[in-house]
Amino acid sequence: MKHRGYYGPFGGAFLPEILVATFEELNAQFRQAKEDKHFWEEYETLMATYSCRPTPLTYAENLTRHFGGAKIYIKREDLNHTGAHKANNVMGQGLLVKRMGKKRVIAETGAGQHGVATATMAAKFGFDCTIYMGEVDVLRQRPNVFWMEQLGATVVPVTDGTRILKDAINEAFRDWVTNMDTTHYVLGTACGPHPFPEMVSWFQSIIGKEARVQIMKAEGRLPSKVFACVGGGSNAMGLFQGFMDDPVELVGVEAGGKGIASGRHASRLCSEDASFGIAQGYKTYFLQNSDGQMKETHSISAGLDYVGVSPILANMRDQGKARFEYATDTEVVDALKLTMRMEGIIPALESCHAFAGAFKEVANMSTDDIIIINQSGRGDKDIFTVADAIGDPKWKEFICSKAGEYRND
Amino acid sequence: MTETKNQAPAPAFLETYIREQRKKKDILLMTHIVMGYPSFEASFEIVRQMVDAGVDLMELQIPFSEPMADGPVILKANQAALDSGATVEKCFEFAQKVSDCFDIPFLFMTYGNILYKYGMDAFAARMSEIGVKGAIVPDFPPEEANDYLSAMNKHDMSAVFIFSPETSDQRMKMIDTHATGFIYCLARKGVTGKDTQFSSDMGSYLARCRKSTRLPTAVGFGVKEKADIDFLVGKADIAVVGSQTIREVEQKGVDATGPFIRSLIE
Ligand SMILES: Cc1ncc(COP(=O)(O)O)c(C=O)c1O
Repeated sequence: MKHRGYYGPFGGAFLPEILVATFEELNAQFRQAKEDKHFWEEYETLMATYSCRPTPLTYAENLTRHFGGAKIYIKREDLNHTGAHKANNVMGQGLLVKRMGKKRVIAETGAGQHGVATATMAAKFGFDCTIYMGEVDVLRQRPNVFWMEQLGATVVPVTDGTRILKDAINEAFRDWVTNMDTTHYVLGTACGPHPFPEMVSWFQSIIGKEARVQIMKAEGRLPSKVFACVGGGSNAMGLFQGFMDDPVELVGVEAGGKGIASGRHASRLCSEDASFGIAQGYKTYFLQNSDGQMKETHSISAGLDYVGVSPILANMRDQGKARFEYATDTEVVDALKLTMRMEGIIPALESCHAFAGAFKEVANMSTDDIIIINQSGRGDKDIFTVADAIGDPKWKEFICSKAGEYRND
Repeated sequence: MTETKNQAPAPAFLETYIREQRKKKDILLMTHIVMGYPSFEASFEIVRQMVDAGVDLMELQIPFSEPMADGPVILKANQAALDSGATVEKCFEFAQKVSDCFDIPFLFMTYGNILYKYGMDAFAARMSEIGVKGAIVPDFPPEEANDYLSAMNKHDMSAVFIFSPETSDQRMKMIDTHATGFIYCLARKGVTGKDTQFSSDMGSYLARCRKSTRLPTAVGFGVKEKADIDFLVGKADIAVVGSQTIREVEQKGVDATGPFIRSLIE
């Protein structure tokens, strides 16, 4: 039987007929690239010269002392070009687009990091670029909208549905079914129809490969646990793949929002609220009602605010190969404050979920233990959200006076 | 997909009905509504007027929160129906009512998750119980339709599949072995509700569709006026009008339905 991208009962390719031929072409290109050693070399060279790979593995000495448990290392995807792990996937798909000879790329974005990375890739490779972004996310990640537009992309605010990430994905698919001859859809996470989960995870595996080499060099032994936040699951898959065959516990941290009991969260794998479903071209755990209608999700971080989750991670959960926890909005902001003060590092709100999840466990571990936290991105984009959460009066004053200036223009 | 089941299923009720109707008419008309939009009462009146005006068969869409293949008009109708409380159960009740009241075949159109959540077999059994004749599920390509097909075949429901201009001849033949009732041929790329050029290019595509299936063919996406339907005479068995009726109702009210349908037929 042809490989159709099933991971246990999850995955598949629930494609409208119009896209079947496009996916056949993409699949063929991807298979060729995956088997071609030179393709991965080309990819690594691009990431070393255009981006900042390998990204450092930082020993968080002060946080380690603060908690007094396991030694904490941070994998610094924030230092990747454009400030998040998203560039790993985007540059890889960009190379495939060149091979396919297409001239236009489209993408969905939640936090805006994937959108910025795609706009950057499009500028570098000379592609036209359109980014779909839920209206709610346009407002909460405004700095990234600004940069996407400056990079030459068209940003289309999506006003349908819940106006967040899943709705942006639907809209990108609607564009694709019209323009697939010229256009490639750069899906930003390890979700969607086959081969996207496998392909995005493959490009992101560079994180885990590097991290394993780096920790062996620094410590001469493996970590006991590694932590990553889980939106669609691409940065988690990236880190986890470095330790898949090792006695290392893989911990994914989902968005707990206002708390699981409130129902206002995006915890698909660690709450009882999700169930098997088929949407956006694949089968996984979705937050949906008993009719199969998708629910509204909530997270302080746009990038984790999503109803579905990688079919690969869903299967790993059911097989006990990874453990999933959640962190609430409040815990996330506390983790951010602590990390900034102690280490001089500003993680993205998405990444702060991994930090918060790790902080809950690290003090109870032995000082002989090591953990790695994946800092999937940097927090600059969150300046408005964080300023609101912290309630910084000086920032408010600045924004008001800036607004006054613009009004007088 | 198991490779054993490539015997074409027996012609179901729907195929026979279409062939009989075609003896009387050059082309049949299938219309579409989103159940519960703008309300179930309005939906009922729209169906009544459509049947009265001479529609041959109808698609009843069960609204879904993620209608990936639908354009702005039907997308908004899906959302509005859900916002005003449409549920799968209410849609079943509505479908039962219209199939009791009106003597044309009704089909469900919806997305795979609605069937999957309800239980594939239970869904097909319920369809059979309420008198719906088949379904169109655009995100179930044959490769992912194993359970769906077993359930539909078991309950004698037609499983309508889709051809697109991108579908190869070889693939059309494969799809044909699984389909029952008729084949839905997309007039073009894209989503529902955008304009379509009814040109000679389409003529050769539709000829290719016809050659690749033993079933009657329907053409939809962008069909909105009599000229479009006239173009399709001799090239397909059924013309499908979707978004345009919703637009008519939005602009002119429910009572515009009958006159609009008559303008297509007469
Ligand atoms: C910085 C950052 N981390 C994590 C995520 C979540 O995505 P994923 O789970 O695919 O890594 C995003 C998504 O926008 C992001 O921008």
